Amino acid sequence: MIAHAIFFYIFSIIAVISAIMVTVSKNTVHSVFFLILDFISISCLFIMIGAEFLGMIMLIVYVGAVAVLFLFVVMMLNVAQQKNQWFISKESSGHIPVGLIISVIIFFELIIVIGGWKYKPELFNPTNLSITKVESNTHSLGLILYTDYIHVFQISGMILLIAMIGAIVLTFRQREGVKKQSYLKQISRERTEGVEVLEVAPNKGVKIDD
Amino acid sequence: MIEIGLGHYLTLGAVIFSIGIIGIFLNRKNIIVILMSIELILLAVNINLVSFSIYLGDLSGQVFTLFILTVAAAEAAIGLAIIVVYFRNSGTIRVEEIDKLKG
Repeated sequence: MIAHAIFFYIFSIIAVISAIMVTVSKNTVHSVFFLILDFISISCLFIMIGAEFLGMIMLIVYVGAVAVLFLFVVMMLNVAQQKNQWFISKESSGHIPVGLIISVIIFFELIIVIGGWKYKPELFNPTNLSITKVESNTHSLGLILYTDYIHVFQISGMILLIAMIGAIVLTFRQREGVKKQSYLKQISRERTEGVEVLEVAPNKGVKIDD
Repeated sequence: MIEIGLGHYLTLGAVIFSIGIIGIFLNRKNIIVILMSIELILLAVNINLVSFSIYLGDLSGQVFTLFILTVAAAEAAIGLAIIVVYFRNSGTIRVEEIDKLKG
């Protein structure tokens, strides 16, 4: 149990510090790297408390796809070297106390909710889908994901498809001056317009004008 | 302190959620960091769902974490596509200079 506590504190301190660094670091590329560190430490926490499938999926999806997508866009847009204007803003700096007040209020509201949970733990008793220790986390998740939640699962697949179509449609553009292959033109060619049979006189050769 | 319970994980989720809110409000750099803060908020929600799921012994929290993961990936892709299009049209993605939509 003490090892559990030690690892929890290590990973959560890393996660909190890297979350702070995401918001305050000067370079946007560094923010993305701290975001990756945050995802990795949170997935370590997930694996530690027994949700190993979600921890691994988190590594694959967040670190492998989302963060790399962020990194691509940051490097493509060339905004990494923008100066940090976190506190020094000329015209509008009234947002800083408002933002801090709202965040602190939200934090204390969440803490109050957690305190209420600790003092009245019998508020909600789950009987729906219990975690059995017999089969692994991945096995039991798969068992209910493809039976009870099949419609939600397919809707989430639809959301991914729509997101893919939307991203392609948004970023697609027709550029001019780019030579492209035209399949229709290629397959509608006739032999007669491509090849010409010439009568060649002896010792004369052929002059091709083009 | 030594016994790690549900409250510890929920507190961690609350801290990361608040940091995400702070990142949205106080950001003056570019809008990509705002998207990253939204990812942090979704991560905090995932922490809450997974820890409740584990400590209450109910597996449906983990299923919904999977769906939140899906939605987060879709949202990141669409948001970054919009940012790329905006940068191509106006040449900047700094938060102060994005004022085409007056509102």
